[in-house]
Amino acid sequence: MEGLLSLAVKAIFVENLALSFFLGMCTFIAVSKKISTALGLGISVIVVQAITVPTNNLILTYLLKPGALAWAGFPEVDLTFLGLISYIGVIAAMVQILEMTLDRFFPPLYNALGIFLPLITVNCAILGGSLFMVERDYNFAEATTYGIASGVGWALAITAMAGVREKLKYSDIPDGLQGLGITFITAGLMAIGFMSFSGVKL
Amino acid sequence: MAQTTRDLLVDPMVDNNPITLQVLGICSALAVTSSLTVSAVMALAVTLVTGFSGFFISCIRNQIPSSIRIIVQMVIIASLVILVDQVLKAFAYEISKTLSVFVGLIITNCIVMGRAEAFAMKNPPVASFMDGIGNGLGYSLILLMVGFVRELFGAGTLFGVTILPSVNNGGWYVPNGMLLLPPSAFFVIGLIIWAFRAWKPEQVEKREYKIQEAEAH
Repeated sequence: MEGLLSLAVKAIFVENLALSFFLGMCTFIAVSKKISTALGLGISVIVVQAITVPTNNLILTYLLKPGALAWAGFPEVDLTFLGLISYIGVIAAMVQILEMTLDRFFPPLYNALGIFLPLITVNCAILGGSLFMVERDYNFAEATTYGIASGVGWALAITAMAGVREKLKYSDIPDGLQGLGITFITAGLMAIGFMSFSGVKL
Repeated sequence: MAQTTRDLLVDPMVDNNPITLQVLGICSALAVTSSLTVSAVMALAVTLVTGFSGFFISCIRNQIPSSIRIIVQMVIIASLVILVDQVLKAFAYEISKTLSVFVGLIITNCIVMGRAEAFAMKNPPVASFMDGIGNGLGYSLILLMVGFVRELFGAGTLFGVTILPSVNNGGWYVPNGMLLLPPSAFFVIGLIIWAFRAWKPEQVEKREYKIQEAEAH
């Protein structure tokens, strides 16, 4: 349990997907102009991340790993090279299913998050989360924790960024830095702030 | 409007650079720029994937039903990335270890997807290939610039060869360790964008609010 908690803290703050691995940067820069939209996107990322990382973990354990197909009678088959294509397939399918389920059963939620869901399939943070899960060899419990926590970290980063940018638009910035340039520099300063969490150990 | 091959190759490098102007493709690749060798490999991989995915998608563009085109493009891109990944693992294992998940993330790199969607779906194969390579080169340019600054001033080396002998090895240069950490990539990119826009003022974004001029006393 303690291990999971420390994994969560690490995934939210120290190894923040957006600020220390640059994942999901395109959306991070493009959608961080207003706090309300940033928050909506952040919540969708948490939900999708919490579903796809554990699912991909199951697929890896029971279908792709060397020896994973032993239950089907093929103990010597190694399908890990199909990893990338299966993860992205799972992500695209999950997002689609989530969109349809929300539309059918929770219309208010669908109205709030619906427009962000298609954006999420091509968000590097989602695929990145699954790939990190594979690389670090997480088990199912760890994968679930990591999925939720990394989503929370990303949501936190984009909401904070939107807050800064809302204030920033009134400031006097040199012409060439206007817009994109100053956003990058702000993100850099925020990344330094998040790095100071690296001393936190639970 | 007939674009020559040269336009397709050169235009995305300066005038319409995917990173500084279109804000595409910064996602996956910034974390790999702390050394120049790795940046160069990454740049090469992205350029090849963008070029060939443009080519193949454009070949079958008339057969793809528009409702499932995203999935079809994804599958083509993912197959190419798997190819790159396997080749790297076979011939440059050390570098593929450093790149770790970032090779896989070429799939969701917005440049590849963006060019497939915006250019390859409407243009013949060879032009799409050139457009892909051009955009890949524009991306490589920025990646190599960032890699150059970060490795030279962060570690005093270029491609692993010592340029500025560091204090630890009996030289005179005190390495700026911060440049090896993730946040510095943001600063370097921000400054590169500033430089680009100072050079090409038509790329400057408009202000949302204009500051009122102070009245003379």
